[in-house]
Amino acid sequence: MVMDREEKVKKLNDHKEKVNQIFQDIDYCDILQKAVKMSSEEIIEEVTNSGLRGRGGAGFPTGLKWKFAAEQDSDVKYVICNADEGEPGTFKDRRILEEQAEKVFSGMAICARAIGAKEGFIYLRGEYNYLKQDLFNRIEAFHICLKKRGIDFKIELRSGSGAYVCGEETSLIESMEGKRGEPRNKPPYPITNGYLGQPTVVNNVETLVYTAMIVHRGHEEFKALGTKDSRGAKVFSVSGDADVEGIYELELGMAINEFVDLFGDGDTKAVQVGGSSGYCVPRKKFAETVIGFEGIPTGGSMMLFNSSRSMYHVLHNYLEFFCEESCGQCTPCRVGCQQLLHGIEAIKKGEKPATYLDELRKLAETMRIASKCGLGQSVPNPFLSIVENFREEIIF
Amino acid sequence: MVNLKINDIPVAVEPGSTVLEAAQSVGMNVPTLCHHKDLCVAGNCRVCLVEVKNNRTLQASCAIPVYEGMEVLTNTLNVRNARKMVIELLLSEHRSDCTKCYKNGNCELQDLANEYRIEDRSLLDLSVDKTLDRSSPSIEKDDSKCIRCQRCVRTCTELQKVSALTVAHKGEHMKIETFMDLPLYDVVCTNCGQCVNRCPTGALVERNYIEEVWEAIDDPTKHVVVQTAPAVRVALGEELGFDPGTRVTGKMVTSLRRMGFSSVLDTDFTADLTIMEEGTELLTRLKKALVDKEDVALPMFTSCSPGWVKFIEHEYSDLTNHLSTCKSPQQMFGVLAKTYYAQKRNLDPKDIVSVSIMPCTAKKFEAERPEMKDSGFQDVDYVLTTRELARMIKQAGDNFASLPDSDYDSILGVSTGAGVIFGATGGVMEAALRTAYEIVTGREVPFENLNILPVRGMEGVKEATIKIEGCVDAWNFLEGAELKVAIAHGLRNADQLMKQLAAGTSPYHFIEIMACPGGCLGGGGQPIPTDMETRLKRTAAIYEEDENMKIRKSHENPEVAQIYEEFLEAPLGHKSHDLLHTHYTKRKKN
Ligand SMILES: Cc1cc2nc3c(=O)[nH]c(=O)nc-3n(C[C@H](O)[C@H](O)[C@H](O)COP(=O)(O)O)c2cc1C
Ligand code: SF4
Repeated sequence: MVMDREEKVKKLNDHKEKVNQIFQDIDYCDILQKAVKMSSEEIIEEVTNSGLRGRGGAGFPTGLKWKFAAEQDSDVKYVICNADEGEPGTFKDRRILEEQAEKVFSGMAICARAIGAKEGFIYLRGEYNYLKQDLFNRIEAFHICLKKRGIDFKIELRSGSGAYVCGEETSLIESMEGKRGEPRNKPPYPITNGYLGQPTVVNNVETLVYTAMIVHRGHEEFKALGTKDSRGAKVFSVSGDADVEGIYELELGMAINEFVDLFGDGDTKAVQVGGSSGYCVPRKKFAETVIGFEGIPTGGSMMLFNSSRSMYHVLHNYLEFFCEESCGQCTPCRVGCQQLLHGIEAIKKGEKPATYLDELRKLAETMRIASKCGLGQSVPNPFLSIVENFREEIIF
Repeated sequence: MVNLKINDIPVAVEPGSTVLEAAQSVGMNVPTLCHHKDLCVAGNCRVCLVEVKNNRTLQASCAIPVYEGMEVLTNTLNVRNARKMVIELLLSEHRSDCTKCYKNGNCELQDLANEYRIEDRSLLDLSVDKTLDRSSPSIEKDDSKCIRCQRCVRTCTELQKVSALTVAHKGEHMKIETFMDLPLYDVVCTNCGQCVNRCPTGALVERNYIEEVWEAIDDPTKHVVVQTAPAVRVALGEELGFDPGTRVTGKMVTSLRRMGFSSVLDTDFTADLTIMEEGTELLTRLKKALVDKEDVALPMFTSCSPGWVKFIEHEYSDLTNHLSTCKSPQQMFGVLAKTYYAQKRNLDPKDIVSVSIMPCTAKKFEAERPEMKDSGFQDVDYVLTTRELARMIKQAGDNFASLPDSDYDSILGVSTGAGVIFGATGGVMEAALRTAYEIVTGREVPFENLNILPVRGMEGVKEATIKIEGCVDAWNFLEGAELKVAIAHGLRNADQLMKQLAAGTSPYHFIEIMACPGGCLGGGGQPIPTDMETRLKRTAAIYEEDENMKIRKSHENPEVAQIYEEFLEAPLGHKSHDLLHTHYTKRKKN
């Protein structure tokens, strides 16, 4: 179905009417008002019943995460808002923090109440430092509101310094502790041994806003959207060869072809779902592929490529990114990324035969199961999905 | 106990154990590289991967804790392929010119490559020639051989609290660097060589001087003397087919003699001499403090461990006045070889080449310190580690195991049990106490069979209190005093005692510090691997050696008496002062 731009915008406005949760202006004091009347169990039950899964990429059920953290026997616990937003093609957390920071804070305060924490941190991507002063002022105002309601919770801002891997929750914690931002061995997970060894919940900016909305409006409203495995809506960052780009909150479970109809320029040959660590979906699979946990999950990044793009260059670009952004500690990721990058270069130049691509695929499969953290484990996502669907573009 | 199954075999282990430990407890081997028993878990090389039921990914067995009902598979096709790929990846960024490598034959990466048969590997060669750092006289750093397992970094920060080596950069550029990537010589590195001992490849090795020594031996105009440190004799065997803890003193002496050294002598002799000097220095400091009410630095620290000396020069340079001014036994030996020994043997000291065999890499640095030239020449010319000696023995072609035992030459060759125990943590303290107590009271130390057990063992910081009673007249002022001593090994533990002193709460009179865990027997120049198990076995061997000596107190060493009579006059005398004592240098903290 080919729509003109006007039609698309109209359709998107319809969507907005239906799902508008994240960017809706709500007095955060009202949210807190309701939350203080709820017990820890009630909050966790509400969040669990909503079916909300983490919006940072891994999709862990948020209610369950909070429940585990609440069960930990410790006087000191922490809530961390992951605002490192380093995934190429994702820029929605920045917008949320610009426009709806108080709802993020409220989500943190609710989480704190649920798990029994008194301190929270926002780990802000280094490049977003320009937001710091504004956020700081708004946190101050928020603290006053908390105080008035007798809520013992405070939020502190921490700055990242530009490493993608620091968005991974355990290296984020290492970095907060003043150490080198390298992922830890898991288990133990942050819910038992997090910041300074204490039980810690790490949630994405967007996840926290949804928890605030769920508490405010009840889980039914959230749950009414989406599919069985992917409840609710989600904020997407749309970029690339798109007619309409920017940040949109959409219902989960949408098929890629519907998405492409809404955003594409009419010549979309592939969509990279989930940024550089996500999957590339080729045109022939648009109809059968659903955006969501039952299909392809995404932290929000949606990049569209039209037929003028070389998928070799796309892949090359991702691999260069990973060579640079791997923390470098574990073998499969540090060396594997370089082998994949230089491997496709060698094939392109004819220094290695086309069959070498199969060796590289084996390597990628190993990286998926052998790497220490999600970074190395997901390098094979773009690699395999691009190589399998655009083999000729890689070789010739 | 936690019950799990590994390859369908039921295993029960203590809670908190890792899968690797569980597998090893039932005799199953899992290959490892970044893992080292002395260090905290890293889980970064990914060689020890295993399958754990219900896990999407493979797990690093060194890092994953066991749980009840866990099911682990260590030898599936999946696991083997992944390990093989990991080894292949490591080899692809490693400059694998094995036959040109000093570690050829004692390289964990090479062993794995052999075990996993990766001849048919096809990945691109990503290795690069990097500049070799040969700035240090002790340690050579070759980044092109580094596999980034970070054992060295963990050793330097955790075990030694020195942090000369750190991880820098990320991704493909991640590497092990010194502060600002300065040459090793220009940073806080103590040269202890603990990193060298733990490096699985040839990225960190000792600077070796084997060829120089062979050349000296072959030079007919040179008289080449060799001294062997106490800890060498209980570890050398490990490199030559013996079990850890085998004493090979007699064979070592025979072998050195057969190699062509002009004289085979014993550092233990100067260890005894150190006790005479250092013991007297301690008693003198005590007298100055207690009787003359002078402001002297107490507690006094031992100064035999050059890694420790450099550590304090960097980290606590205001406290160096607490260091005994005694040179280490190696350096006392060196200066005496080119003075007293030269005179006795009618040799021109310029023709003497002085070689020492040490469990230590820092000794190489120590020998090159500018102040170590009191004989008018560099007192010790070449320092070889235990490992280098083993290599020379192999090159010499001796079948070490079948060599007969023989005794050290004289003079500078007679020693006592007190000299031998210098090789173990607490040994200098024990030797000093055996002598000092007897000087002060005229009686043996009040411990059964002279074994001062409280100062022995592997606890990081040990302490003991000895009540002094029944003093002879000259030392009456010590009557009833309680001598408080402490012993630390490993620089992290040393640091603890220094912090205490800096805070003004140190209750001690005398502190023994060795840079390396376990003392010299765990030195950076000792056979690889060195871990707690080998350290304990070497320790047992050292004390066995002591028990078997006819003389076990330094002041009873007849050659020590002779040298004072013929040459040095008296402990802390004029000549001693010139030849056997030294001073220290303030160094920067980078
Ligand atoms: C390499 C890497 C980078 C990541 N970057 C981010 C990030 O920028 N923001 C984020 O929220 N989660 C990121 N994650 C996921 C976090 O580890 C973690 O799962 C998430 O913050 C949990 O929050 P959620 O449950 O609300 O999604 C990253 C994960 C990996 C492996
Ligand atoms: S997978 Fe990559 S980013 Fe993650 S620990 Fe390993 S090297 Fe670091």
